[in-house]
Amino acid sequence: MGLLSSRISVTRYKVKGSLDGSVHETVYQSLKKRSIPNIEDDGSEAIVGWTSFENPYAPDFEGYSFVFGAHMVFALRVDKKSIPPKLVRKHCAIEVAKRLADSGRSYLSANEKKTIKENVVLTLSRRIPATPNVYDLVWNYQEASVWFFSNLKSANEALETLFIKSFGLQLIRLFPYTTADLIAGLSDRERDLLEKLEQSQSEG
Amino acid sequence: MLDVAIAYRRYQFLGNEFLTWLWFMIETDQNSLRQYDPDLISLNIGSRLVLENTRNNAKETVTIKGDEANLEEGLVALKKGAVVTEMHLSYKSVGQDWLFSLKGESLNISNLKLPETGPVETPEDLEGVVIEKAYLLEKVIGLVNNLFSHFIKLRVSDAWHSQTVSQIRKWSVS
Repeated sequence: MGLLSSRISVTRYKVKGSLDGSVHETVYQSLKKRSIPNIEDDGSEAIVGWTSFENPYAPDFEGYSFVFGAHMVFALRVDKKSIPPKLVRKHCAIEVAKRLADSGRSYLSANEKKTIKENVVLTLSRRIPATPNVYDLVWNYQEASVWFFSNLKSANEALETLFIKSFGLQLIRLFPYTTADLIAGLSDRERDLLEKLEQSQSEG
Repeated sequence: MLDVAIAYRRYQFLGNEFLTWLWFMIETDQNSLRQYDPDLISLNIGSRLVLENTRNNAKETVTIKGDEANLEEGLVALKKGAVVTEMHLSYKSVGQDWLFSLKGESLNISNLKLPETGPVETPEDLEGVVIEKAYLLEKVIGLVNNLFSHFIKLRVSDAWHSQTVSQIRKWSVS
C-alpha cells in the first residue's frame, strides 16, 4: 500500500516527543540502523525494517533521499515467510518414518514429534523465500503527524513498535477519543466533559 | 490521557455518532459545512453507507450500496435506533474531487481516491508528485479533523442534548 497507489488507506498518528539535534541526520542514522536486512537464508518467519520509498527492494537513504519538502517519506517493510501447512505435514511424515525405521521402534513420543515439527519448520523457513509487504509513511515533523498507508492491524502494530525502537518517539493512533483529546483543541472543561460522555440514547 | 486500548473501546460510539451527525449535516445544512473548508463545494454520501443497531443485545446491520442509492432504508434504521458505522463520501473542492470511506470506530480513511496528479516519468517528477499528493491528503485529513473537532465540541455542550439530538430525530422521520 503506497502513497502513489490509485486507492489509499490511511491511519493517522500523532507523534509524542521530539528528536535531539538535526532532525534529518537523526532520522537518517536511525533508518540506516534499522533498515530491512536481507533474510533469504535466515530461519526467521518475519523480519521488519525500514526501506526507502523510491526503491523498497534496495533500501537507500543517502543524501537524505527520504526528504520531500516539509515531509519525510519512507516505508515499513515486513518480509514474511509463509509455509503451507500441507508442506509441513508432508516433511514431518517423512521425518517420522525415517526416525522409526532408524530406531526400529513402532512409535515416537509427543515430545519427539514436536521437536521434529520444529526442525522441519526451521529447515523449510531457510529454503522458502520471504514475501515482502511494503507500507509507505509520510512524517511531518513540524506538525508531529504521521500518515501510515495501511489500516491492517498487524502492519500498524509493527509500525508502532519499530518507530519507538528507531526514533525513541511514541506514535499515538488517532481514533475518536485521541482525535478529540489531541487534535480538537478542547478546553480543560470540555476535556473533563469528554471523559464522562456516554452513548446518546436514540429512538427505538 | 486514558490507556489507548481502553479509550478505543470505551469511546468508539463517538465515531459512530459523528458519522450519524455528519449524514444529518450533509442532508440538511451544506452551507455550514463550508466553515470547515472554505474551498468546499460539496460533501455528499458516496456509494456506501453502513448502519448498525445494537439495541436489545442484538446486532442488526444495514448496508446500502451503489451510486445514487436510495438512503430511505438508512433513515428507517436510524428511526429504530441505529447509528452510522461507515460511510463513503464524495468531497468536491475547487476543481478537484476526492472519494473516500470513513469508519466510525477508528476514524480510519480507506479506499481514498485523490484528485489526479501529474505523471511520474523522471526521478525529478517524483518530488513534485509526492509534495502534491501530500497536499491533497492534507486537504481531506484536515476536513475530517475540522468536522470531527466541531462535532466533539458540540457533543460535549448542552446544545447536543437540548437541540441536536431532537433535530436529528425530526430529520429522520421527516
